[in-house]
Amino acid sequence: MTMLKLTRYILYDIFRNKVVIGYTVFLLLVSVTLFNMEENSSKAMLSLLNIVLIVVPLISLIFATIHFYNSYEFIELMLSQPMSRSRILLSEYAGVSLSLLTAFLVGIGIPILIYSPDATGLSMLFTGSALSMIFTSVAFFTSVKARDKARGIGAVLLLWFYFALIYDGLILMFLFSFSDYPLEKLTLLLSALNPIDLGRIFIILKMDISALMGYTGALYKDFFGSATGILFTTGILLAWAVIPMWLAVRSFRKKDL
Amino acid sequence: MIRIEHINKRFKKLQVLDDVSASFVKGQVISMIGPNGSGKTTLIKCILGMVRQDSGKIWFNEKSIQGDFLYRGQIGYMPQIGRYPDNMRVGQLFSMLKKFRGVEENQTDDELWQKFNLAAIRDKSMRTLSGGTRQKVSAALAFLFQPAVLILDEPTAGLDPLSSEILKEKIIREKNKNKLILITSHILSDLDELTTDVMYLQEGKMQFLKSIETLREETGESRLAKAIAHIMKKKNASVNTNGQLLSQPGTVNE
Repeated sequence: MTMLKLTRYILYDIFRNKVVIGYTVFLLLVSVTLFNMEENSSKAMLSLLNIVLIVVPLISLIFATIHFYNSYEFIELMLSQPMSRSRILLSEYAGVSLSLLTAFLVGIGIPILIYSPDATGLSMLFTGSALSMIFTSVAFFTSVKARDKARGIGAVLLLWFYFALIYDGLILMFLFSFSDYPLEKLTLLLSALNPIDLGRIFIILKMDISALMGYTGALYKDFFGSATGILFTTGILLAWAVIPMWLAVRSFRKKDL
Repeated sequence: MIRIEHINKRFKKLQVLDDVSASFVKGQVISMIGPNGSGKTTLIKCILGMVRQDSGKIWFNEKSIQGDFLYRGQIGYMPQIGRYPDNMRVGQLFSMLKKFRGVEENQTDDELWQKFNLAAIRDKSMRTLSGGTRQKVSAALAFLFQPAVLILDEPTAGLDPLSSEILKEKIIREKNKNKLILITSHILSDLDELTTDVMYLQEGKMQFLKSIETLREETGESRLAKAIAHIMKKKNASVNTNGQLLSQPGTVNE
């Protein structure tokens, strides 16, 4: 009950400060332009894929972190009231992730449903929504742990670099050094350690270009096309959203304010 | 009403609270006195559950506050530095808290809201308020839900003499309603007319918790400021003659 009131208030506050509105408009502009520029909608989807995988995590991380530090006074005020710490933090999370999710669904979801309402489109919608929730959760964990705003934002940027760029490099290096061995199953497992990678594989395998990926591609397509594969992806992405937030709540309950 | 048992708190290397035990009951006005950094605010924050003690227990109405949060509904807290969401307007802040607490419009104590004339700044955002006005907002919020316990951290610091007087009168009225009030202040003359008991903290240790009558008898001084000064002087003298007494604060005050 109090949590609902709290979340409603936080949502109202977020939408009033217009950053999320700007983010929505930006996504909307990009996706509509892409769909109109490319005569072939699957080409536009490929460009959109990179936006979803790079921009959505970055904005989610930075926005959630800044919001957390800016709401510090509000959180302190709530703590002097009869409200539990976990509820306060979870309400904050609900508010931030819901607003980012709305921005994504309006900015990218609606254009996709208009221009490319197929399996690829749906999987992109699913992945983008999941990434919004996941990186908000990661940002909350980092913010609770980091002592001040500068450290928090720094840590979050490093995490983004790691997940969006460095991790791929590491995987490639690993694959090259052990290319004599059958690594299909192992890479599958490794991709689960990075939600962006998992999302990328999940979407690309729904696209036509996956035919160019040879034996490994075929193997993956088999797996991710099956019910087990979809369940696996959903489960891993869910874990990526739940576990950091759970850790954040745990550490927030013990934190001195 | 509030019982504190062997509280210890350490921030990194600094021992902020060192085995503090105390017990407060209804009708008392406790003045928490001590030099800067003696742990007063930390002790208050422990009672409010904002700072978690390393060891020891705090009881509120015979219930441990560990893992509880509902008890905070019975505490009105006025922080030393009131920090509020920048974009929020004064009126919004009050209506939001009333909504969160789910109280009816006529069940709140709006006396300070009226006496400080906060209605005049209802549409100002919190960011634009001066330090003193912020203090007025904090004070009005602390009394708003008619709590059984009031915790006031430096309530009169930054207030103009007129507002300070209004607040003191309010505190006295609440005291007469048999509430428990905890005040910290460095302006001892402000505390003179309110206090029933004095708690003295130094370097995280509680030096004593005595009723003001006892204190007056022991020191022969009628004013709180003089009585405290008397004790401090005596302590310094005994420390000078015998450095070891530093580690046994209890004996100094006997």
